[in-house]
Amino acid sequence: MGAIPTLLLVIVLAFLMVHAAPGGPFDDERVLPPETQAALEAAYNLDEPLHQQLFNYLSGVVRGDLGPSYRYRDYTVSELIGSAFPVSLKLGAMAMLVALIVGVLAGTVAALRRNTALDKFVMAFAMTGISIPVFVIAPILVLLLAVKLQWLPAGWSGNEGTGRLVLPVIALALPQVAYIARLMRASMVDVLSSDFIRTARAQGLGTTAIIRYHALKPAMLPVLSYMGPAVAAILTGSVVVEEIFGIPGLGQFFVRGALNRDYTLVLGIVIFYAALVVLFNLVVDLLYGIIDPRIRRR
Amino acid sequence: MISKRRALTYIVILLAAAAVVWQYSNVPAPDEQAASVLHRGLLTDPESMDPHKARSTQAGIVLRDIGEGLLGYSATGELVPGAAEHWSVSVDGLTHTFSIREDARWSNGDALTADHFVFSLRRLVDPATAAFYSQMVGDIVNASAIIAGELPPEELGVEAADDYTLTITLERPVPYLLSLLTFPSTFPVHPGSVATYGDGFARAGNLLSNGAYKLDAWEPGSVLALSRNEQYWNNAATAIDEVRHHVVTQEMTQLNRYRAGELHITGSVPPDNFAQVQEDYPDELHIAPYLGIYYYGFNLTKPPFKDNPGLREALSMAIDREVLVESITGRGEAAAYSWVPPGVDNYEPRQLKYAGETQDERNAHARRLLAEVGYGPNNPLQIELRYNTSDSQQRLALAVQAMWKDALGVETTLVNEEFQVLLANMRAAEVTQVFRSSWIGDYNDAHTFLSIMESGNASNMPRYSNEEFDALMQDAADQVDPKLRRLYLEEAERVLLSDHPAIPIYFYVSKHLVSPEVVGWGDNVLDYHYSQHLSLAPANATP
Repeated sequence: MGAIPTLLLVIVLAFLMVHAAPGGPFDDERVLPPETQAALEAAYNLDEPLHQQLFNYLSGVVRGDLGPSYRYRDYTVSELIGSAFPVSLKLGAMAMLVALIVGVLAGTVAALRRNTALDKFVMAFAMTGISIPVFVIAPILVLLLAVKLQWLPAGWSGNEGTGRLVLPVIALALPQVAYIARLMRASMVDVLSSDFIRTARAQGLGTTAIIRYHALKPAMLPVLSYMGPAVAAILTGSVVVEEIFGIPGLGQFFVRGALNRDYTLVLGIVIFYAALVVLFNLVVDLLYGIIDPRIRRR
Repeated sequence: MISKRRALTYIVILLAAAAVVWQYSNVPAPDEQAASVLHRGLLTDPESMDPHKARSTQAGIVLRDIGEGLLGYSATGELVPGAAEHWSVSVDGLTHTFSIREDARWSNGDALTADHFVFSLRRLVDPATAAFYSQMVGDIVNASAIIAGELPPEELGVEAADDYTLTITLERPVPYLLSLLTFPSTFPVHPGSVATYGDGFARAGNLLSNGAYKLDAWEPGSVLALSRNEQYWNNAATAIDEVRHHVVTQEMTQLNRYRAGELHITGSVPPDNFAQVQEDYPDELHIAPYLGIYYYGFNLTKPPFKDNPGLREALSMAIDREVLVESITGRGEAAAYSWVPPGVDNYEPRQLKYAGETQDERNAHARRLLAEVGYGPNNPLQIELRYNTSDSQQRLALAVQAMWKDALGVETTLVNEEFQVLLANMRAAEVTQVFRSSWIGDYNDAHTFLSIMESGNASNMPRYSNEEFDALMQDAADQVDPKLRRLYLEEAERVLLSDHPAIPIYFYVSKHLVSPEVVGWGDNVLDYHYSQHLSLAPANATP
């Protein structure tokens, strides 16, 4: 439960940083008359001293109340997160799944066909995926598959079904596919040349059985420990992808919230992300224990 | 245990199934033609569907579909009756009497009556509402005092003589009052639902509308779904059954969605692809003058620009606006030599004195002016130009920097800041020297542009203050005769331009891609396009 002080620190730091940024949630080129500005600030308790605001905010958070959004005046922050998170989760989970399946498969195949044309192709593809940023890949995918060929929808709203998820998931998963494939290939090559595999081979086991029963689990360990950073990368990547495809996920609300000085929305999402990261770290630790018995014993 | 081969087979089958699902789930928008659904691109989410809490032009677009003021605009931008069937103005211009349509209804069937307008206008000026646009009706009797909290909202000069007669009494003549009454802030809200739901009355499901459409759903960041309001008095004239305002913040994404047939109308056109769009969609691209000015302001409270009109004029002259609008902005913007944009009703903008000179003449003239105020090769002027971080702002700033350098030898440091930081700096007027800003007209009258330069106006970013200008604005405000009022306003603009508190650079244009299926689109200076004026023709009817 070391997570609670961590979260508290995150909240306080984020609160101070957001409020330290110049400008306020109601600023615009059309400056409000002082009376209106004062009335607005009073309505949202922004006229109180900062420490009082921080205290109010923290006591709200403890009660599970993330406050009203300053920009979306008909919505509370919890409502916005509640509508955006399932979208981001679906997108992120699918991207992660695609990245894992394709990455592990490609990496294993490359390791088995080491130094063949197939291996070279997979690794070249992986290199490309790592080096081309999402904001370049995504528009190219849209232009090709949505605008020219019209196979898939170009945007989110008004397109029901899974079709609208395909391009964003590909854009988001591609760099992760590349990373995982490279990791998987390296560790698979390593495992395949170790003694216990040679023993298994000597006992007459086929390649498929060796991979499935002996090599896959130990070779997956580096990939698993990469899951934490991968989740983080997908979270940050989703900010860009959501912006490009116009997806109403957390990333987009986060960016818009920061630009609009929607203090409560930004803070709410920061807290939410922080809690998620803490949770994911816990899950990865547990998974590690399941896969590698040596860790469990310690 | 399944073999590797079997596993592979499963994967192939799964992929094939997924492909089939995608094929069927991906129904492009125009196929919904039969249900008559209009898909429009919106550049940001509205702040609220409460007309008093909404602020952005994007919110206005949706509010004009679901609400209606006493008056409205036609597709081509002429004032037309709205909830009021007709109206009259007293000889002194102070009392306006409106006859509300007896068949005007809310979407739940309730009659729309004059006291609903009384309730709503009081709510607009009530400090407890904290409405962004309360000042807009500040000339109604007692409005300013109510906004300042000195009088209760009940003292507002708005009365319902009977259910269908509304009188608005003004403290001074406001010739543009009728155009104000088309603005969403003056739309009625349903008193009963405000009482029932409080602040939540404007949420989808609770919101009652008196316009052509009603709000069915709002997914923040995604879409606002509207459908026909069967109770609307002019429902018979509404052609399109459903309207989807798609929130797509990236202009580029809107363009892609238009190309993919998912949007009928885009909210804008991205600058980077403009030439390509012009080539691909010559008949679908709508560029029209828009009531908005892009300018560089001077901080008049600090040296070197304080009390130095010669220096300000020199910098203003040396900017070659024609080059800027042709090569930098390049989307049909008009070079600005006045403060009020052309196209404003009953007004002829004054021009900067040097507007008739060639750029070479202006540059020579500017060099003389600069030398007169003590700058030259031996004492080069060094200034700072601030703008908000964006590619288009940067390109324009770089061009101006080069123009000032070439024509005058001025050394300009470019400073880009996030928009909110720039706003804070402009308001503080401490570190700014030259800064980029803009102003969009709220109504079709020169007053909306000139009034921000009055002393003490909160949006007067340069902190301009000139007694002569203020007096002329006051004279204009006191005039009942529109011709005299116009003369005072034009003279005020002449004074303003000769002081050079800011450099007008260009006037905005509205930019939309409009599908050939959309019928009834009209370009207008306010860029108002009510969905109720539009209809959809079958896609295959056009070549």
